[in-house]
Amino acid sequence: MDPIEFRLPHTIQRPKATPNHGPRTHTTRPIVTGTSVIAFKYKDGIMMAADCLASYGSLARFRNEKRLMSVGETTLLGVSGDMSDFQHMQHTLESLLTQEYDMDDGQKLGTKSVYKCISNIMYNRRTKGDPLWNAYVIGGLDNGQKMLGFVDLYGTTYQSATIATGFGGHLAQPILRRRVEGREDELSEEEAVQILDECMRVLFYRDARSLNKLRRAKVTAQGVEISEPYMLETNWSFAESITGYGS
Amino acid sequence: MAPQIEPSAGFKFDNVKRNQLLGDKGYKLPTATKTGTTIVGLIYKDGLVLGADTRATAGPIVADKNCEKIHYLAPNMYCCGAGTAADTEFTTNMISSQLALHSLNTGREPRVVAAMTMLKQHLFKYHGHIGAALVLGGYDSTGPHLFTVYPHGSTDKLPYVTMGSGSLAAMSVFESRWQPGMSREEAVEMVKDAIEAGIFNDLGSGSNVDVCVITKGNVEYLRNYARPNERVEKEQSYRFRQGVTEFYAPRAARRGQDTAEMDTSA
Repeated sequence: MDPIEFRLPHTIQRPKATPNHGPRTHTTRPIVTGTSVIAFKYKDGIMMAADCLASYGSLARFRNEKRLMSVGETTLLGVSGDMSDFQHMQHTLESLLTQEYDMDDGQKLGTKSVYKCISNIMYNRRTKGDPLWNAYVIGGLDNGQKMLGFVDLYGTTYQSATIATGFGGHLAQPILRRRVEGREDELSEEEAVQILDECMRVLFYRDARSLNKLRRAKVTAQGVEISEPYMLETNWSFAESITGYGS
Repeated sequence: MAPQIEPSAGFKFDNVKRNQLLGDKGYKLPTATKTGTTIVGLIYKDGLVLGADTRATAGPIVADKNCEKIHYLAPNMYCCGAGTAADTEFTTNMISSQLALHSLNTGREPRVVAAMTMLKQHLFKYHGHIGAALVLGGYDSTGPHLFTVYPHGSTDKLPYVTMGSGSLAAMSVFESRWQPGMSREEAVEMVKDAIEAGIFNDLGSGSNVDVCVITKGNVEYLRNYARPNERVEKEQSYRFRQGVTEFYAPRAARRGQDTAEMDTSA
């Protein structure tokens, strides 16, 4: 009689890479996802926005999701992509902050450090063939210097005055480049909010996985401030004149 | 058993299957010259404005830096084309020809819905294999009309439209700023900005902005309305002075021996 194969969870081994199986891979496709995050530099610091939606494929499943978080007192993090991978990153960053606090050496975790930490984690995961399926926007003030960076699931990093993930790259980035580039130190807060709302409105019109309920956040010398969710007004009057699709 | 009768009308899709099999075997199919493209159209107070960039791409290479994507259909109708360049060119030429005949037949100025119907019926027949994505606009006896026509034959009737790889960049401009009843200056400026958004943010679009303003009884085709990518003036002149290249045969000797009169009578 054959012994029944019974494996305790801690004895189950992951399949190793072999010539026949090829490289070790993990099934990875994003399940619960967030759409675009947009951010740009303005006079007082960084402004960022993301809507409150976490989609389950084409279902608008979670309509009060937080996709903006603060890391320490000077760094703002926005995320798009798989929400469970974001939550894993959140836990990692929280334990990092706890370690820093315990060290009690008077040093505060700067934005550049958070940016490098996240980018190392992301590239390391990509190398293992097991990516965290996200695109992060990291913004903050390092000794008064504005910093705004991007890290994605491949470990691609770049810094720019304007950043947009996902659909935002196609729809919002042209607006941001036109309105912000070259004027990062002149843009007032009112104008920055207006630009942000304009971009998020366009995204709501044209991104089929977006919501008009969003959060806005800013990092200034006074610290990180994430707003309460608010709704954007939309104009559908153009439809009044439309009848049919031809003749 | 009934004999298989080959259909006399309609497109034969046998080569599609053949191409698929060849592709699976590893044979690389030639890529069609695509226009990459940002094309737009918008309706304003007195009529409509069409806009297009001028870059034609063959894969990653710019095949034509200043091509014309706004095609003539009729004296009161123009059509911007995105997708496969040959398809947009030949399809618009064909419908233009059909419209001219139709107009002579009816004794009337052609209507935009006529062009739209001809285009969609032609494209649907080929089930999307003719890669023509068009922005059709014109001003006829029933007023100004703006349509989009997709390669599979569907149409949309809208007050502002964008097509091509740069369509999202251009649409972001329209969605922020379009309003009904704009003035001509506002409309042309918005079209220029929309095309420029495509030119600078989309790699498939580039070079210059072409604009076409269509109003009642009048068309203004503004070729290269904006040139935001002009080449810088060369620092030196590289012309050779006359006499540098020697040649042996004077012009007269190049004339051939067969110079006798030809008989061209019927």
